[in-house]
Amino acid sequence: MLVEAGHFALALALGLSLIQFLVPLWGARTNDPVLMSVGPSTALAVLACLAFAFLALTVAYVTSDFSVLNVVENSHSAKPLIYKISGVWGNHEGSMLLWVLILALFGAVVALAKSSVPVRLQANTLAVQAAITIAFLLFILMTSNPFVRVVPAPVEGQDLNPLLQDLGLAIHPPLLYIGYVGFSISFAFACAALIDGRIDAVWARIVRPWTLGAWAFLTLGIAMGSYWAYYELGWGGWWFWDPVENASLMPWLAGTALLHSTVVMEKRDALKVWTILLAILTFSLSLLGTFLVRSGVLTSVHSFAVDPERGSFILGILTIFIGGSLALFAWRAPLLKQGGIFAPVSREGALVLNNLFIATACATVFIGTLYPLALEVLTGDKISVGAPFFNFTFLPLVIPLLMLLPFGQTLAWKRGNFLGTAQRLYAVFGVVIVATLVMLAFTAGGPVGAPLGIGLGAFLVLGSLNEIVTRSWSRGSPLSVTWRKARNLPRSAWGTALAHAGVGVTVIGIAATAWDLEGMDTLKIGDRISAGPYTVRLERVVPRQEANFREDVVTLRVFRNGNEIGMVDTMKRLYVTRGMPTTEAGIVTIGLSQIYASVGEVRPDGSIGLTLYYKPLVLLIWLGAVVMAAGGALSLTDRRLRIAAPAPARSIPVASVPAE
Amino acid sequence: MVIWIILLAMTAAAVMAVLWPLSRHYAVSGQADPNTQFYREQIDEIERDRERGVLLPNEAEAAKAEAGRRLLRATGMEDVAVAVGEPALRRRRAASTLALSVLPILAIAIYGAYGSPHLLGQPPVMAARGPATPSDLATAISQIESHLAQNPQDGRGWEVIAPVYVRMGRMGDAVKAYEAALRHLGPDANRLANYGEAMVLAKDGLVSSEAQGIFEQAVKLDGTSPKARFYLARAAEQDGQIDKAKAGYAALLAGSPADAPWTAVVEEQLARLEGPQTVSRQDAEPQMGADDILRMVSGLASRLEAQGGSADEWARLMRSYAVLGQRDKAADAAQRARQALAQDDAGLKTIDMMARELKLTDAQP
Repeated sequence: MLVEAGHFALALALGLSLIQFLVPLWGARTNDPVLMSVGPSTALAVLACLAFAFLALTVAYVTSDFSVLNVVENSHSAKPLIYKISGVWGNHEGSMLLWVLILALFGAVVALAKSSVPVRLQANTLAVQAAITIAFLLFILMTSNPFVRVVPAPVEGQDLNPLLQDLGLAIHPPLLYIGYVGFSISFAFACAALIDGRIDAVWARIVRPWTLGAWAFLTLGIAMGSYWAYYELGWGGWWFWDPVENASLMPWLAGTALLHSTVVMEKRDALKVWTILLAILTFSLSLLGTFLVRSGVLTSVHSFAVDPERGSFILGILTIFIGGSLALFAWRAPLLKQGGIFAPVSREGALVLNNLFIATACATVFIGTLYPLALEVLTGDKISVGAPFFNFTFLPLVIPLLMLLPFGQTLAWKRGNFLGTAQRLYAVFGVVIVATLVMLAFTAGGPVGAPLGIGLGAFLVLGSLNEIVTRSWSRGSPLSVTWRKARNLPRSAWGTALAHAGVGVTVIGIAATAWDLEGMDTLKIGDRISAGPYTVRLERVVPRQEANFREDVVTLRVFRNGNEIGMVDTMKRLYVTRGMPTTEAGIVTIGLSQIYASVGEVRPDGSIGLTLYYKPLVLLIWLGAVVMAAGGALSLTDRRLRIAAPAPARSIPVASVPAE
Repeated sequence: MVIWIILLAMTAAAVMAVLWPLSRHYAVSGQADPNTQFYREQIDEIERDRERGVLLPNEAEAAKAEAGRRLLRATGMEDVAVAVGEPALRRRRAASTLALSVLPILAIAIYGAYGSPHLLGQPPVMAARGPATPSDLATAISQIESHLAQNPQDGRGWEVIAPVYVRMGRMGDAVKAYEAALRHLGPDANRLANYGEAMVLAKDGLVSSEAQGIFEQAVKLDGTSPKARFYLARAAEQDGQIDKAKAGYAALLAGSPADAPWTAVVEEQLARLEGPQTVSRQDAEPQMGADDILRMVSGLASRLEAQGGSADEWARLMRSYAVLGQRDKAADAAQRARQALAQDDAGLKTIDMMARELKLTDAQP
């Protein structure tokens, strides 16, 4: 009964979204506040309906109601409760429902922001947002209905894909979706601004938290997915340039660019058209990501069930929204008023440079991801574009961007002084050069990339720190004054520094992967295998029976230079219901480094194939992402108004500072 | 009945969510215009920053001047009219009509098209077993297992579950199940042959002397048992008695009907043994290596490709690929089989069943 009510709520939500699309749009055109006020209340009603539907599905999962096909296909009564709940979005239908639920949730938040958002902007935004909701609700109801019933109901379910029965994957999709959907709000605001034909700093101030929040969540989601792939797939890698990963990297890159251009817009009222375009592109890439992952164009854990009908439906949504918004852009953008003017060497200039680099990097990922697909469609040839392509295209774009980052961060708004900036950074630069040289000397003969990359990472971290220090410390001032000044710096300045330092931390972690060591062998009980200074000895192999899987537990004793430092288990599992094997890597964390053991096959004679990796500083890769997200969150808490303090022109003539 | 009241209440609540804002007298002027508000706050902020010493006085002046310029420009831009008069009233009525009509009609139409309203009145039908789909396999197994745990002397039960274990790859369990079945039901050529086969599969294809004994026993009970004779020939081959193996395979072929499902496999074996190079002593591994299996499968594949074959042979090819972990090839084989057997309804059904069993979802027609 609850299931049917949930299904009906979904249908009601579609009707409400239709009203939420039509009436506020009409109200904004006729400037009628009553019609526009329908937007917020329907947005809340849509949220209520979708929350109810989601709740109904969750209850069906928790109580193992096998009269629901979706539950049968993805759950099992013996599954632990947490995975029964995460199973709700561990499949195509449920995850799409989560998608629209988050969409409605964000719509409701926009609806509740009464005092800070101009009425017409709010009405148009809610209308655009409702259009997205309509598209996805239609998609769910027509091709991916989670409430389809089976009569008679089977007694037991088919269990969730074992790769997804993991805590990391229980939280990875919601994080990622909050990111994707958050960008949909930026998109809705951008379209609303285009419909209304005006855009200004107020718009940027309203949109910034959405972009920032979405970006932070997407950062965490991607990091989570990467860490999951690292410990669950048993290959020891953390990024594979897999199309599915690229699908989330592209909106992240575009979102990063958007984040920075919104800052320019809020502070200086410039880069308006570009910001709008970026907002559209970011969400378009999110949609593209959803299409790639959901349509079955790519095969991966994510393409739960492959169905051409779904693919063409999402392709339709993609075409309508991307084509429609770009057409709207082409039509209305020339009407937007241009704002603030700035010198090439200035913070704005640096951010433009940042945008150029990131947009180009995003384009290379786009080409590397879609070119093989397009080629396959056109000629039938299968080619795979992997790490070498991205190493030759993506890295040469990102490395200069990162090298310039500390300089840009130090430049003043409106008109900066490159020499002065360099002077403020020379100490950091010197320290980093010396440290890199020392590292190179000590690791002579090893990979050159590692010390250079670590030097770059250190430059980013110290450069960010330097920004805080130089803004609060002046020669001769006592420490207490410096501390007070530092504390008085806006939280957004701290957030910026933290996020940029996080990039540096990740860069250090990535660079250190060049020092990875590995060993691979077939072991019998008592045999040893080494990677770098670490050795493991195979102690025992014990079979174990759990609720929904059987596993061989391989216990290893770990030594460093001959001294024992502990034990670690690594498992090879067989999920009985699906007959699907998985590996659970055995990981020992030593400081920021990890030892990573992965079982290959267990032979009948008791010997096992084992791969052992020593990965120095590997945790920094994900730690850096967490720091980035923390920086974003810190900046998000700063709701003060942002002011770009322009250095006033020295030789005053008014003509040289073009009036706006 | 209750459910209909609930659905009705939900619809009513949704309609109210639209009608309520339409019915209010809109107090519009109470709220400050966010556009100008923003710049006013910005100017205040600059002042505070200057006092805290974050901004230098001249910076603050410049910033203030810029914010002031924008404030001037923003003033008077948001002119939301108070909706009164005939047109506004007409618009409200139109919107109300829209809500009152669109919401119930759309919700009921959509729910009627995609929902299961016929289930609403009935109590949930649970636990009725449908046709044996793969989804029910696990259930069936667990039920039989718990039944056997309580009645271990039920030989028939063991006999039922044993082939299921084989198909799931739980060979150790299969061997034990056949053992129990033999113990309780007594020897029988077929049962013995199956038991021996499970033992062979448990050892990755090696016909141990123990298994050989079982097969010999089976042949004693029924001289025609093809499975037992096949494995005996294989045992001879693994012992290096190539001629004896060839003779065994040939006899098996001669003694079985041309369309017997095992013909292809036996032919394959025979062809392999009669191939250009006789296997030298060292190379004759006691186990059937992965290479051999691969060669057999590819041989079958190319034969089916070139000459076509029965639905069972296609199904076997699909299963072989699936067993080898080459699911994409299995799916491919399913596609080809469907093309080859397009006129053969029964054959298509066999292929579909195999595809479903192997969960080749991407190979559904």
